[in-house]
Amino acid sequence: MSETDELLIAAKNGDRRALSKLLTCLEEGEESPVPAGSGDSIGVTGPPGVGKSTLIGRMVDIWLARGESVAVLAVDPSSPRSGGALLGDRMRMMSADSSDSFFVRSLATRNHPGGLMDCLSPMVDCLAECGWSRILIETVGAGQAEIRVVAFAERILLVDGPDRGDVIQAEKAGIIELADLIAINKSDLPNAARAADSIRSALSVGELERNPEVLLVSAHDGSGIEQLVDAIDAVETTTGRERLRIRERLISAWDSTLLGADSFDEVMAALETGSMTLSEAVESIRKG
Amino acid sequence: MRIVVAKPGLDGHDRGAKVIARALRDGGHEVIYTGLRRTPAEIVRIVMDEDAAAVGLSTLSGAHAILIPRLCGGLREAGMTDVVVFAGGIIPEEDRPALFEEGVRAIFGPGTTTSEILDFLKTLDERAEAGEAIGVGEDPGWHWE
Ligand SMILES: Nc1nc2c(ncn2[C@@H]2O[C@H](COP(=O)(O)OP(=O)(O)OP(=O)(O)O)[C@@H](O)[C@H]2O)c(=O)[nH]1
Repeated sequence: MSETDELLIAAKNGDRRALSKLLTCLEEGEESPVPAGSGDSIGVTGPPGVGKSTLIGRMVDIWLARGESVAVLAVDPSSPRSGGALLGDRMRMMSADSSDSFFVRSLATRNHPGGLMDCLSPMVDCLAECGWSRILIETVGAGQAEIRVVAFAERILLVDGPDRGDVIQAEKAGIIELADLIAINKSDLPNAARAADSIRSALSVGELERNPEVLLVSAHDGSGIEQLVDAIDAVETTTGRERLRIRERLISAWDSTLLGADSFDEVMAALETGSMTLSEAVESIRKG
Repeated sequence: MRIVVAKPGLDGHDRGAKVIARALRDGGHEVIYTGLRRTPAEIVRIVMDEDAAAVGLSTLSGAHAILIPRLCGGLREAGMTDVVVFAGGIIPEEDRPALFEEGVRAIFGPGTTTSEILDFLKTLDERAEAGEAIGVGEDPGWHWE
């Protein structure tokens, strides 16, 4: 029996350390002991500072009170300079942090969004196999890299804030088209309702077959959170959004193949000295 | 290396912890910062879930004499004997031998340079490679000077 098989058995029996070790094996690229695609996850994304972590903490409290178990994969970017990463998201999910039914694992992007491609879905599968009923993939920010990450989830919740800047950021990144559900957080602040309206009207001019619901919530005073949790269960994705997600996954896979190519460094060097053109470089990597 | 940086105890200042966390990141490590006012049991749980190789504790309040041994004991009880524990902050000279005895592998006082901490982590790698004790549940004979 392989190491991952053994860890899986122990993890299914409730050995938390084994689960954690199993996730490390997957992150290091080992093969998953669980059939691919058996798990189901919710991606949570949104511009920095809109209150995603606080909101997730609130939702987790509700799920736990309803007898569910929640695992969060919190993804942060690696520093392009040092390759290190600061993974600090836990600090805001305090209330739920000591429950046996709550698990948080921080992941660094290791500098390329494709880098998580091979491990994110297997991690979700293994968590599901071990009985975790809610699996969230959370990213900080809403740039292209973050979208690539949440595109691995089956459904996507976009969290936005009341500021116009937040909404514009989400629009620019193209995340609104991917979202199955949109929560405008900080409804205790004056402009939240207006932000919700502006997103609704932005959606209504689009050509989406079924527009995502836009809900107002406040992670501070708790209003709207129960409704949000219920809406997550009711949400149905659309073929249009599914197609967009698959597209992002394909691009991730492509990136990852490119960056992992044997000839990558060689081709880079050739580009730097000018002995190869960009299209020759692409051709050379594709031929392997 | 995956390193949890934790701030046990009740005092509300985490500037020191954040400076350490950032320095370790800039040194190429993956750092999980726990936020303020964590109990030893919570820190043990975080180290377990994150499968961290080391945990760095930042303390200012004088709570180290109780909290650090409790954390070390908690890690051993949970079977995480190979996890490295180190500490930073204001820890009086006379308290240090007892902490080293508990399996703490380094204590960094105020004014420690980042490069010293990174050197310590490099040494850990070398020792681990050579099969020498670094974990909190292993022979406490060696610590960083
Ligand atoms: N007024 C108000 N403030 C909130 C609410 N939810 C969160 N905040 C505040 O918004 C700030 C950011 O919250 P976080 O949960 O850290 O936001 P985040 O989106 O996870 O931030 P990043 O990790 O930077 O992406 C904090 O100061 C919170 O206290 C809310 O419902 N109302």
